[in-house]
Amino acid sequence: MMMDRLSLLQKIGLYIATFFFLLFILMPFIEMFRVSLRPMSHLMTADFTWWSDDFSWQAYRDMWTTVPLLGRYILNSIFISTAVTAITMVVVIPSAYAYARLDFPYRALSLGGFLAVNMFTGAVLLIPLYRVLRSLGMLNTYWAMIIPGVAFLIPTGIWLLRSYLEKIPKELEEAAFVDGASRMYTLRRVVVPLAVPGLIVVATSVFIGAYAQQFLFAITFNNVRELQPLPAGLFEFIGYQDTTWNEMMAAALTGVLPVMLFFLVLQKYLVAGLTAGAVKE
Amino acid sequence: MADTAEPLAGAGARALRKPLPESWFAWLLISPALVFIGFIVAWPLVETIRLSFTNATLGGEEYVGVANYAKLFADPKFYDTVGRTFYWMALAVSLKLIVGLIGASLLNAAIPGKALFRVLVMPPWVIPVAIGVIGWKWMYNGYFGLISGLLQEFGLVEDRVALLATKTSAFYSAVVTDVWVGTPMVTLFFLAAMQGVSRDLYEAAWVDGAGRWYRFRRITIPQIMPVIVSMALLSAIWTFNSFEIIWILTEGGPRGATTTLIIDTYKVAISSQRFGEGAARAVVIVVLLAVFSLAYLFLLNRVNRHYGAK
Repeated sequence: MMMDRLSLLQKIGLYIATFFFLLFILMPFIEMFRVSLRPMSHLMTADFTWWSDDFSWQAYRDMWTTVPLLGRYILNSIFISTAVTAITMVVVIPSAYAYARLDFPYRALSLGGFLAVNMFTGAVLLIPLYRVLRSLGMLNTYWAMIIPGVAFLIPTGIWLLRSYLEKIPKELEEAAFVDGASRMYTLRRVVVPLAVPGLIVVATSVFIGAYAQQFLFAITFNNVRELQPLPAGLFEFIGYQDTTWNEMMAAALTGVLPVMLFFLVLQKYLVAGLTAGAVKE
Repeated sequence: MADTAEPLAGAGARALRKPLPESWFAWLLISPALVFIGFIVAWPLVETIRLSFTNATLGGEEYVGVANYAKLFADPKFYDTVGRTFYWMALAVSLKLIVGLIGASLLNAAIPGKALFRVLVMPPWVIPVAIGVIGWKWMYNGYFGLISGLLQEFGLVEDRVALLATKTSAFYSAVVTDVWVGTPMVTLFFLAAMQGVSRDLYEAAWVDGAGRWYRFRRITIPQIMPVIVSMALLSAIWTFNSFEIIWILTEGGPRGATTTLIIDTYKVAISSQRFGEGAARAVVIVVLLAVFSLAYLFLLNRVNRHYGAK
């Protein structure tokens, strides 16, 4: 297309600008990787140098001894996010369907109420939340990190899935009604299968939310080391005089690797889902 | 917003569904979500308001009226904290929007490799916030951190600079990290919105001889305005409430330079376990955010009506 034609100079300019933009985004990862490859003694004594010839994978071996529960932390992180995602979806699907298809009193008001939850974060409500979880006997269990996570992700989940469901034609549901299917049956057997692409998108974005935000609830509601997710587990080792930074970086990168690969596979859905959620309204 | 109650489906379909009134069924479907929000958000919110009128600690609690608020509003430091929080929010949100807009435009340009670039923007968004921040904490380090090293290399500073150790540099360092955490999501939302703009508009303008910059200003920006506006409000709320970034980098220091309201609340309520005073701060946060959001939406409405936008 003529309109999109760029001169060579413009192209070079765009690539340079994109390079600097991506450099800002990726710099911490590059630096973490560089640090993870260098022996601690060299990191601490030498002045800053970009390149050195002492790169080694030693930190990736030592980290398992320094952080004995590292494997547990990585699995805990994935487990907690998966549980949060599963529960959130079970709660969100019926609600989103109600807002997309049904007409009922206080519809707009209650949806607004759900969205207003976005104004709060766990940090504002920590004190009573602590008491609620204590009286439910959930402190120092996985539930202490799962349940609050679910609650704060429900509103956005409803919002995203609702706009997806609204795009599905109603005729199929109506056909099922005519055939005498109950509402619940129609929801389970007609709507949910039709909405699978949308469900993947919403579940992925819920998972991201759950995976990204595990720190606060973990450090506040859980004291049991064996249950900590990765960020809270590593945080314990950070900021001391004798922090072995190279191993921490190695552990951090190793820890997020499985989920990063998973997202790489799903990234197409992710962006498609954003388009659905963002461009509407 | 799309309304589902189109005349046909509304009247025709409803007659078919007999067993349970539609509104009952709807509330049944919503009830699990309501239970969750009720227990984890609504009730704790009410409880926070109640606690803010008590002197609750671990030991016990007594009703003290507005004493917590009186103490808070008499403390000059509190006003510093409020001012700092709004400054933090305004600065970080505007930077996220500007960098996000630039990033989205770059990723939207017709150059080979854009699919790859789009993937490369995602990492800060899909990893735990705390992990990225640990990386930044290292980079800000004075002795062997990357940033101090680079500044020296380029001769911008004489000596090593510990960026998190002095008040001003710690504050702006925290802003940079917050922008880094928030930018990918803003960028991808803007990019999605840009890709949704009809090409016909651009072509019509192009035929009329409009240049790239003109098309960006007069077509792209107005067309994606709804997304910019909603991202601005969402980012503002998140940035206002942003906890992990500051907590991991500085815990609110040095000497309070990075203490925003949420950090202050956490310190008082959780670190020193003065629940009553902490709750009063939490209530202030909720009120300020509610007022801010309503004012924002109100102004937006006025502006929209003034310009006759949809």
